[in-house]
Amino acid sequence: MSENDANKPQGRKPTLPPGAAKPTLPPGAGKKPTLPPGAGKAPTLPPGMKKPGGPAMPPGMPPAGPGGDGAPSRADFASDQDVRWCPGCGDYAILATVQRLMPELGVPRENVVFISGIGCSSRFPYYMNTYGMHSIHGRAPTIATGIKTSRPDLDVWMITGDGDSLSIGGNHIIHIMRRNVDLQIIMFNNQIYGLTKGQYSPTSEVGKITKSTPFGSIDHPFNPIALVLGADASFAARTMDRDPKHMKEILRQAHDFNGTGFVEVYQNCNIFNDGAFFSFTEKATKSDKAIFFEHGQPLVYADGKKGLRLNGFHLEAIDLEGGNWGVDDCLVYDETSLELATILARVYWHDELPQPFGVFYRQARPTYDEQVGRQVQAVIERSGKGSLADLLAEGDTWVVG
Amino acid sequence: MGSKTVETLPEATVLFAGDSGDGMQLTGTQFTLATAYAMNDLATLPDFPAEIRAPVGTRYGVSGFQLHFGSVDIRTPGDDVDLLIAMNPAALVVNLDRVRPGGTILVNSNSFEAKDLNLANLDSNPLEDGSLDKYRVIQVELTRLTRETLKDSDLNQKQIDRSKNMFALGLSLWLYSRPVEPAEQWIRSKFAKKPEIRDANLELLKKGYHFGETTEMFVTRYEVTPATLPPGRYRAVQGVQAMAMGFVAAADKSGIPITYGSYPITPASDILHALSRYKNHGIMTIQAEDEIAAIGMAIGASFGGCLGITGTSGPGVALKGEAMGLAHITELPLVIVNVQRGGPSTGLPTKTEQSDLMQAYYGRNGDAPMPIIAASTPGDCFEVAYEACRIAVKYMTPVVLLSDGYLANGSEPWLIPDPDSLADFEVQYATEPNVEVDGEKVFHGYVRDPQTLARPWAKPGTPGLEHRIGGLEKKDGTGNVSYDAHNHELMIRLRAEKVKRVQQDMAPLEIFGDEDAELLIVGWGSTRGAIEAGVTRARNAGLKVASVHLRWVCPLPADLGKVLSGFSKFLVPELNNGQLVRILRDEFLLPFEAMNKIQGRPFGPSEIARKIEDMLG
Ligand code: SF4
Repeated sequence: MSENDANKPQGRKPTLPPGAAKPTLPPGAGKKPTLPPGAGKAPTLPPGMKKPGGPAMPPGMPPAGPGGDGAPSRADFASDQDVRWCPGCGDYAILATVQRLMPELGVPRENVVFISGIGCSSRFPYYMNTYGMHSIHGRAPTIATGIKTSRPDLDVWMITGDGDSLSIGGNHIIHIMRRNVDLQIIMFNNQIYGLTKGQYSPTSEVGKITKSTPFGSIDHPFNPIALVLGADASFAARTMDRDPKHMKEILRQAHDFNGTGFVEVYQNCNIFNDGAFFSFTEKATKSDKAIFFEHGQPLVYADGKKGLRLNGFHLEAIDLEGGNWGVDDCLVYDETSLELATILARVYWHDELPQPFGVFYRQARPTYDEQVGRQVQAVIERSGKGSLADLLAEGDTWVVG
Repeated sequence: MGSKTVETLPEATVLFAGDSGDGMQLTGTQFTLATAYAMNDLATLPDFPAEIRAPVGTRYGVSGFQLHFGSVDIRTPGDDVDLLIAMNPAALVVNLDRVRPGGTILVNSNSFEAKDLNLANLDSNPLEDGSLDKYRVIQVELTRLTRETLKDSDLNQKQIDRSKNMFALGLSLWLYSRPVEPAEQWIRSKFAKKPEIRDANLELLKKGYHFGETTEMFVTRYEVTPATLPPGRYRAVQGVQAMAMGFVAAADKSGIPITYGSYPITPASDILHALSRYKNHGIMTIQAEDEIAAIGMAIGASFGGCLGITGTSGPGVALKGEAMGLAHITELPLVIVNVQRGGPSTGLPTKTEQSDLMQAYYGRNGDAPMPIIAASTPGDCFEVAYEACRIAVKYMTPVVLLSDGYLANGSEPWLIPDPDSLADFEVQYATEPNVEVDGEKVFHGYVRDPQTLARPWAKPGTPGLEHRIGGLEKKDGTGNVSYDAHNHELMIRLRAEKVKRVQQDMAPLEIFGDEDAELLIVGWGSTRGAIEAGVTRARNAGLKVASVHLRWVCPLPADLGKVLSGFSKFLVPELNNGQLVRILRDEFLLPFEAMNKIQGRPFGPSEIARKIEDMLG
């Protein structure tokens, strides 16, 4: 939020952002973004949005989905609460994508739980008509771990931001990764503190001028994918708010993955860090600056004109049109290789190489919740269901009277 | 039996002290077991250094185990030691002030060489300089006798020297006419796979016992006849064990699984150790990455319809404060155990104190009261644990359970409870929508039970009850986010009133002693034994005095005001710098006098009795 919610008069409906009202258009599918990339100061709009500031429908009443026959629709997953993000915020596109994905996953609504921390992104659970908890700053992984481990039958999603999970919650994010709790984490990375009105975050670039760093920030930024890989993540992926189609596909894969599905979403904060990711997300530069990679496919970008090949331990951009190199020279990505994931994850705000989007790493290993359950079962099988009376009278006892 | 005279004592206090590596805790535990077999009432106080393996022979490396036992009602580990067994000079000097004048000191005379005295920072040898004149000193060459006993064994010198505690144990068992069989049994099962160690220990135990009989050093041997405890089956129980079993009982009687989240911390870790063994009793434990994660996991479990519990000590509670506020505003059941230790900061991690009461009362941002229950004896930890869970669920609130280092590690004979005698523990989850809006049945998460003011507990997985909770202020009834000024005030008052209503579930207060006395002692927590024993002594000396002990410290019991109105003088003994006393003054505006001890040690009955004499004298 660009301002403290508490300052807002009760009952006043916030102006609606475009993305919330009419998010049904497939992302990037032939639709031109209304704004040229890098168009500095102009308020930004998610792709597919034509008129600024003109919501067609109040939030909470989105267009009905493909249902109609009793099957759940997108509307079934939207709560009756007003969505209060700033108009034009990238969060709307993520909410719309998740609401659209949910009916397709086939999980009954009552079995879905959203847990969040604190920050703009963490208001998310209030807008989902599922079970949910908006908790405290940085601690969502702990609450999500508690509920999933004690109730493995539930489908748990965790919503967080770059400040929430990489700064105040840094300890928990690495531990949920190593435990591999079976849930999905959507980390909204906007490289800024939004809710507290614009301080630099742990992912902000060095030299960032903000309210708390008038002479530029000094802290070296985290690379979230590299960080979670270092914490032994079993699934790590990156996507962006302005490509909902890609986002939906990645979220689906994270959901279908058995383990902690970590998804970093580049999310534009149009109030405090507008255009931070425009070079990757806007049409004019997207094809050159971003690479959408897939398992088993060669690393090709720029509409097939360029590729990445492995030269020793480094990736190198090659021109596929000059006659020297062909698609066969490009690295065929293997998402099960930690070595490749590590190399690709380190392609990060690189001057010459495109920023990668896709599933960096996927490793099948037992989940925490399933192992805890198994251990309990094993003890019950070995020792039988415990008897309270026997336990109380355990050990050396004696009788008086 | 030889030609020794046998003197019968009503009670006795023995203190074993030595290096951390001398096995004093083990010796004390085995002596306790034998005492339980002799059917005495008892109370114990282990006392160990904060360092795991402190340098040998130093004062700060001294580990002790105190045991008070008798044929009479035993309420504390004893304030005056009758027999101190000191394995080295450091153990002697550190504990000397606890021995009563005329008491007996048994030392290992082989460990009073110049280097030993040096390690203990002593300029002269206390065995020779007259500083022990007011005690009866018995010098036993424990090291030499041990070596002699085991001269034919295959153990090396170090192993042999480390076993001398068994000789000391045998000797003390003889001195107080305790059975040796329990210790023998224990040695046999403990070292079943190491026959040479087993045989060495058995041999030493026996030699120690016979040494008592044959040596000329002892003319008298003592016996303490069985105590008249209420009839039933007993076991010796430590506070931590009792508490863990209380949680198991809660899971059993309520039928809801318990999730215990905890981060290792002295002295609370033993609860985690105990509960982690009870996986087939509906208990799941998670060792979290930190204190905050531990409570977060417990809150997550409670949101999922299980009962979340987190256990720690004061510094851990400091870290959990924000999450406790979340549990308060989301109105989820949760139990937060604080096994108090000496503070502030890291303070005295292995010593006992009652200095986190204010923290439990006020240690959160905003107005966030929660019920606080305090255990009073090691065995009471069982009932208090059960009650904390029951109230947390019944009122949908976090509950703070205060124990302390003394209760956690101390032990006493425990009348094994009958599971059927425990209070009913019924849990009702919400199953359907609870309000009608525009002709449609919907679920509102903050509609309250008129009696308890508890909100409904709707488990995820229940169709139609999907709802969101969180740390932002909630609208009364619907539970939606609300910034409305009047709603905020209403919700603050409602949550406080709900906590106050826990009074409905409290048993009436009981007055101990003379109801027509002038002076009333008000206590809470682990001081109960010392207070009531002190009151008894003062009354035996002809003084009129009474005491009342609080199990629930927040809210204060509804009948406390009425009880107080019958007295004119008030004393509040606490192992802190004055905490309950301030809360009472604030609530009742009566002349409460504080009595504070902040030494990492419990009160002794004589301290309480002396204070009573001062006030009434
Ligand atoms: S992330 Fe930025 S644009 Fe979005 S709600 Fe927060 S402050 Fe507003």
